[in-house]
Amino acid sequence: MKLTRLAAAAVAASLAAGPALADLVFPSLSYRTGAYAAGGIPFADGYADYFTLLNERDGGIGGVKAKVIECETAYNTEKGVECYEATKGEGALVYQPLSTGITYQLIPKVTEDDIPMHTMGYGRTSAANGKVFSHVFNYPGTYWDGASIIVKHLLEINGGDLSGKKLALVYHNSAYGKEPIRTLEELSKKHGYELTLLAVDHPGQEQKSQWLQIRRERPDYVLMWGWGVMNQVAVQEAANIRFPMENFIGVWWSGSENDVLPAGDAANGYKALAMHGTGMDYPIYEDLKAHVYDKGRAAGAGDQIGTVLYSRGMYAAMLAAEAARTAQDLHGTADITAAMMRDGMEALEITEERMTELGLPGFGPSFKVTCENHGGPGVGMIQQWDASAKEWNLITGFIESDDSVIEPLVQEDSMAYAKENNIELRCE
Amino acid sequence: MPEQLIFATEVALNGLMTGVLYSLVALGFVLIFKASGIFNYSQGVLALFAALTLVGFQDGQVPFSHLINATFGTEIHGFGFELPAIIAIVLTLGVMVLLAILIEKLVLKHLVNQEPIILFMATIGLAYFLEGLGDIMWGSDIKNLDVGLPQGISPVIDTVTYEWFGYGFFIDKLDIVATVIAAILVISLTLFSQYSKQGRALRAVADDHQAALSVGVSLRFIWVLVWSIAGLVALVAGIMWGTKSGVQFSLSLIALKALPVLMLGGFTSIPGAIVGGLIIGVGEKLFEFTVGPMVGGATENWFAYVLALVFLVFRPQGLFGEKIIERV
Repeated sequence: MKLTRLAAAAVAASLAAGPALADLVFPSLSYRTGAYAAGGIPFADGYADYFTLLNERDGGIGGVKAKVIECETAYNTEKGVECYEATKGEGALVYQPLSTGITYQLIPKVTEDDIPMHTMGYGRTSAANGKVFSHVFNYPGTYWDGASIIVKHLLEINGGDLSGKKLALVYHNSAYGKEPIRTLEELSKKHGYELTLLAVDHPGQEQKSQWLQIRRERPDYVLMWGWGVMNQVAVQEAANIRFPMENFIGVWWSGSENDVLPAGDAANGYKALAMHGTGMDYPIYEDLKAHVYDKGRAAGAGDQIGTVLYSRGMYAAMLAAEAARTAQDLHGTADITAAMMRDGMEALEITEERMTELGLPGFGPSFKVTCENHGGPGVGMIQQWDASAKEWNLITGFIESDDSVIEPLVQEDSMAYAKENNIELRCE
Repeated sequence: MPEQLIFATEVALNGLMTGVLYSLVALGFVLIFKASGIFNYSQGVLALFAALTLVGFQDGQVPFSHLINATFGTEIHGFGFELPAIIAIVLTLGVMVLLAILIEKLVLKHLVNQEPIILFMATIGLAYFLEGLGDIMWGSDIKNLDVGLPQGISPVIDTVTYEWFGYGFFIDKLDIVATVIAAILVISLTLFSQYSKQGRALRAVADDHQAALSVGVSLRFIWVLVWSIAGLVALVAGIMWGTKSGVQFSLSLIALKALPVLMLGGFTSIPGAIVGGLIIGVGEKLFEFTVGPMVGGATENWFAYVLALVFLVFRPQGLFGEKIIERV
């Protein structure tokens, strides 16, 4: 009898309190195992730690706690799709698959399920066209922007003229690695450089043929679209053939500490794209230390803080949190759905003032997402490895990509996709 | 000499050197298959585990430190000292022998007389277990492996070939060292199997398990011995490949490069593993050099398997494998 009364009282109390707000769920399709774990771990740690910081310091986002659900993909496309299917029913607000292969598979699925996906600096570049890809966002920059930014940097250091120069692209022989080819080909028509394409098969442990060819043909610059062990081997092989490191430039996925440390001093001078700042000289790290690390709440082993890929994971989480905040303001509720999150991403505006408030002044570019443009400003910086100090140094400010070349390519590819899939154009 | 022929010669020489590195991995497979009929799927992971352990010892890292710290809230990372490469190598060898004993005691002993496919499946399980164990013991970050091996272009070969051909060949000093070490390893293994008591017992088991048992050869001892030797070969392969790329989990995938070598050379022949490696190395490099540019490159992975398949059509047991004749 007593128990019945107690149960009735509990039910009454919970009804009186009103419905509890559910957590804001951010799935993290991470890879802490397998051949690409060294890149997946710091990103996943940064992603998780930022949300832990918001929960510990601010009580969540708009008063609602954030919850990160990790699912291990091992950088395997099939497992990535399984992870998506397994987590989407848990109130997932936005997916961040960290794999171009998984991204391609998820594009039709997220669109159908009305869940947005953020592929920051990877994935399908033409998804930047919001008229066609309603649920995919790839701000603040795409692979094609990256390719163009590297060429612009080369133009800058060559007095604005690349005619007669030889460029070689060493790329991961996958959907990811092939992404910049079209852009580089178009840019070669515009700037008159000669482009050589050198594919490297997964995982990239053996690249002797490619680097012997580079040694024979002596290109002026080598560009790299690599990931995982391919990056470390390429840097070592470049050093072995005595290729000038300052003429070797990787994409932002070939520009972490992992990629240069194994080669030691030989990697000195190697350059890479950077979509955000490097190092720990930002106020946010004090908060992370006080609210996450000192409380023993860091993700993983807690030894990745400040690395390039940790910073990228943290940046991705920050952009997701800001989009969630925008969605809450837009819809007047803290308890947002995935559809509302999509609206928030499409209305996202990042200003330098806001970045400073968040403890990341000058860390990333200011930009505004629109219905038409899901790709952001398309800017990036160039960083250079200092082997003696074991740190990346930014050697340029933000460089804008060549929109006159990129935009027609985005239009062409996205429109072909729209036609193939009978997609009605939005934003009109 | 025409320019293209000079380039092709350089490519072929590099192919030979790369082939030696493939052979180093293939050797581990052959040793275990020859002595026990087991196709050891975990050979690539053994190389990874050996390399991780070696770096761990060199850096004075406390094994399982992440696990200890997460469980007890401690901040333990290293012992505070670094070990010289030679001591770290000896200690790693000790770990590989211990691992061989444990594998025999905990896995193989219980699977005596089982079908080969069961044993194969057991090694798949072992591979995943060892990969996870390596991760928990030493962490999954990329580790720099430096045991003092030279790297970079050999200036002597560069100079000599420049004088001969007007073009200096690129040969990596690490590849030359790998070739010398592989040669020493193969000669030592051959001498061991021909002239030592244990080596003869090993060959007896390889020829006929039942007959070897009937004359008092301990099958369990032989299995421990052969897994220990495979551990040594895995350590050598791990050092060579780990020096090139840093020690990381993709190192286990080098086993994929050994499969066509085994198909071509035969699963039971040590010379086969060497010759097979050389043929695959030269073949894939020359194919990439001549045909690669016409088909978009990246031909090496698939071409190695196609080459092995072509050999299989004409010689199913591989170049040096034992011909299996089953009579009704």
